[in-house]
Amino acid sequence: MASHGIEIKGLYKIFGPCGRDHVDAVKSGVTKAELNEKHGHVLGLKDINIVMPAGGITVVMGLSGSGKSTLIRHINRLIEPTYGEVIYDGIDICGMNQAQLREFRRHKTAMVFQKFALLPHRTVMENTIYGLDIQGVPRTESTKRGRYWIERVGLAGFENHYPNQLSGGMQQRVGLARALTNDADILLMDEAYSALDPLIRVDMQTVLLDLQAELKKTVVFITHDLDEALRLGDKIAILRDGQVIQQGTGQDIVLAPADSYIAAFVKEVNRGRVIKAGTVMRPLDGSADGLRISSQMTLENAAKEICETGSSRAVVVDAAGVPVGMLDLQAIVAAMVTPAGSEAARMAAE
Amino acid sequence: MATCSFLPNALCRFPAISDQYIRDARKVIDEGFKGLVRDYSSVIDTIVQPLQWFLNYLEKLFTNSPWIVVLAVMMLIVYFASRSIRITLGTAIGMVMIGVIGLWNDTMITLAIVTVSTLIAIIIGLPIGILMARSERIQSAINPALDVMQTLPSFVYLIPVVVIFGIGKVPGLIAVVIYAVPPMIRLTNLGIRLVDREVLEAADAFGSSSAQKLWNVQMPLALPTIMAGINQTIMMSLAMVVVASMVGVGGLGKNTLQAINNQFFTFGFMNGFALVAIAIIFDRASQAFGKRLQKHSEVVHG
Repeated sequence: MASHGIEIKGLYKIFGPCGRDHVDAVKSGVTKAELNEKHGHVLGLKDINIVMPAGGITVVMGLSGSGKSTLIRHINRLIEPTYGEVIYDGIDICGMNQAQLREFRRHKTAMVFQKFALLPHRTVMENTIYGLDIQGVPRTESTKRGRYWIERVGLAGFENHYPNQLSGGMQQRVGLARALTNDADILLMDEAYSALDPLIRVDMQTVLLDLQAELKKTVVFITHDLDEALRLGDKIAILRDGQVIQQGTGQDIVLAPADSYIAAFVKEVNRGRVIKAGTVMRPLDGSADGLRISSQMTLENAAKEICETGSSRAVVVDAAGVPVGMLDLQAIVAAMVTPAGSEAARMAAE
Repeated sequence: MATCSFLPNALCRFPAISDQYIRDARKVIDEGFKGLVRDYSSVIDTIVQPLQWFLNYLEKLFTNSPWIVVLAVMMLIVYFASRSIRITLGTAIGMVMIGVIGLWNDTMITLAIVTVSTLIAIIIGLPIGILMARSERIQSAINPALDVMQTLPSFVYLIPVVVIFGIGKVPGLIAVVIYAVPPMIRLTNLGIRLVDREVLEAADAFGSSSAQKLWNVQMPLALPTIMAGINQTIMMSLAMVVVASMVGVGGLGKNTLQAINNQFFTFGFMNGFALVAIAIIFDRASQAFGKRLQKHSEVVHG
């Protein structure tokens, strides 16, 4: 269980030979296009403030060029920030010297990459224990830990294969095993599943969720896929042009998109898998008998349960089992279809 | 010369500085250089002494061992490098034919000097190549030097080598190394620079120090290119031993030189083909070895 969250405070990244000189200009409102045109510098990130809770999955979502990969590389400082702080356990990562940074990377973070970035000349086992090799853990110990994680990601029997002999999905399992073997609090996943086939992607999401339920690491997950973000994220931050335009839970974003840009994304989402029973329930009237569902259950699952039991309503209970409201099929269906009102509002906004 | 009748003289004939000046300058430089060498001759001798010992030792080992032992060892080395029966058999046939035409001893002398010069070229070239890959500044400083080493006619740098080290095996060896080391340096540099940036980023993300990155990632991934460099170095030393025979290196090169001087047509070609035979043996064995090192990248999954 990770004990510390990550706090990003007022982070700026300006690419170019003297990015530092332009921070004040950007703060006072110079846009990305102006900065590029007049000074030849590229604004990567602008005033990023995100609190990533300990033991949860924070998803950073954005399209290509939005700065999401730049942002994740600031957490282990693969990219030097121009201005701002990234705080973990009370220490500003941006202020660490090289030796401290190396120790931080070795023991506190592990990373999974979009294109796997496995070492082609090392076997699955040797790749998995790469982090431990770097830390100087003896092979007898590290292979034991490596074997455990190889089994957990479902690659038992492939220890002596080379990465080139494996399919993309299997290679990413190696990438995941390599990160988990490091036993670090922070797991950074940079578009880890974007290069995989849709079916394998869902499969790997399940692997991650199952492991996370047990490990409770602080996971930072980058993706351009909103469905993936909603499925994995305890918290979601949406990035555009280097700025956070909305952050909150999946439900927050689906129910109240901050602007038309996000609304356009959200339109295609399967709301039944995002919105929870507790969000759309009515106050309890009448008896609290009959089917009981958790307030954390998604509408899709709630509808399934209600239909299976042949009733038309269910009592919603909180974590302690106390009835807090009720839900009927009509309310579920109304919440699952995209409300006409939001569509009209979006049209008007454009 | 019709145009010269109306052109000023300075534009017609190139206004070279007078012969007297050049003569004086040459005299001063040559004398100074020779004086310097004379003053430091004992230092130079001590430095090159180990080379002399090593070369002599290897030469004696190769020439004094029974041919059957040398052949067996060669075949073993070739087999374990290439894991190919075909190349090993080819080696045996080539060496036997060299022996049959009476060039066994000369070939052994040539093998000794090629072995030593290749080793030295690797020992010098590898670290320089690594340094070049790590710093743009070092790269831009060393590249012109390599260009000069590769384009300057080899006879020209035989002159300072002879002035400094005199005539003999070691000066020849040094000339061979100068000629053969550039591909080693260049391809080491290239190999390291071509390593996938994503993999390097992963190494960084797990907290590798730069030495760990070099030995765990950069060198293994650059190895195929470095092997190509070693292969080139061997080929170039084989080419250079013939030229180096002019300063006293024995073996096949000396025979070739004799053949040129005396117009021994057949003898010249016999020696030439012996050189070709060992070149092919070295080339095939080292290439097969290089390929075998990459076996992890052969089976590509779709």
